[in-house]
Amino acid sequence: MALFSVKNIEIKGVASSVPKKIVKTKDYSGFTSAEKKMFEKTVGIAERRMAVNGVTISDLCFEAAEKLLDSLKWRKSEIDILILVTQLGDYNLPATSIILQNRLGLSQKCLAFDINLGCSGYVYGLSVISSMLSSGQLKKGLLLAGDVSTSAMNFHDKSTYPMFGDAGTATAVEFSQNAEGMKFNLQSNGKGFDAIIIPDGGLRNPINESTFTDVKDESGLVRNNRNLWLNGIDVFNFSLKEVGKNISALLQENDNSKDEIDFFVLHQANRLINESIRKKMKIKPEFFPYSIGNFGNTSSASIPLTITTRLSDKLSSDKKKLIFCGFGVGLSWGSMMLSTNKLNCVPLIEI
Amino acid sequence: MKIEVFLEKIKNEFEDDFDIEKLTASSKIKDLDWWSSMHMLVVIALIDSEYEVLLSGEELRSVNSVQELFDLVKSKV
Repeated sequence: MALFSVKNIEIKGVASSVPKKIVKTKDYSGFTSAEKKMFEKTVGIAERRMAVNGVTISDLCFEAAEKLLDSLKWRKSEIDILILVTQLGDYNLPATSIILQNRLGLSQKCLAFDINLGCSGYVYGLSVISSMLSSGQLKKGLLLAGDVSTSAMNFHDKSTYPMFGDAGTATAVEFSQNAEGMKFNLQSNGKGFDAIIIPDGGLRNPINESTFTDVKDESGLVRNNRNLWLNGIDVFNFSLKEVGKNISALLQENDNSKDEIDFFVLHQANRLINESIRKKMKIKPEFFPYSIGNFGNTSSASIPLTITTRLSDKLSSDKKKLIFCGFGVGLSWGSMMLSTNKLNCVPLIEI
Repeated sequence: MKIEVFLEKIKNEFEDDFDIEKLTASSKIKDLDWWSSMHMLVVIALIDSEYEVLLSGEELRSVNSVQELFDLVKSKV
């Protein structure tokens, strides 16, 4: 596993942007009333946000970035690096981050590139941007993260349609001499590549006449090859097997105990997964915040969105020691440990 | 490790679910119309936390009844 630390950087602020449209589990006609009840109790999603009118991840992240820069009083010209973590960009190419560099009015001396990751993307993204800022030659950076996952859902696939919500986030990271920095433990297992997949549209399975034909499988799920296919049981098992182990290894490597951590902010795809992990690690609920109830699975936006909507009071007033962990599509996963001090938390933006 | 206790633990997870009373050791899981993949996830989590056994997707797909599930878990404890 990749255990490493990056010094001399700090997270200065976080902003999250979601579509105004709310979609509720209780209104999903694909579920029986027994299924709705079970879903809300087990998976833990009562409602989520859905982008409409062709709103893309760059629109959501643009708003988050603008508000964050304003709140921090950072000048556009000061941004040395922009990274966008997304799996559903505006185009297959060029990278959406470069389009955002222009749209945000950043300098042409700013680096911009995408990272094609989902659930693990925020932690991976922070490892990359912090590594690039650590020497101090680049000073200020923006990490944007999120997906408009609802665009890949089939209404008739009840294993995925009610699970995902849309969100775009912005995190401001800055070089700061002698700052404690961040500690990472990142892993991957490509054997599980098809546990979460959109089968067609890349070069392996190009778009063809049957790509958009809805097909019903033996368990009754209806989807086509441009929809997201999710093997819930395999992902669940992977999560229970690997996540706790990864976090424990990170703590052990750095001689920390879980009792020193103020909050564990994990990616949330299914509340049952996270509750199982929490109980296995013997962590109390008050240290384990959730945003999934109101926003669903928001891909790489889940951790910053949870900060915005559940932790802003606590993180903006004080110094806190945190662990973040993202896990899922790839299979890719990783955790990190960091401290924040009076984090600038912009109120939730709705567009 | 007893099948009655195992079955009772499973039923306790779904105490709000009226249909769970119908579950017996010989119940053929895949044939139950009220049994969903969500029920299966709850059972996986239960087996992991109670017996520290994590069954793979393939293993779960290979069992047909609660008795077979019990036997599989018992073999791994």
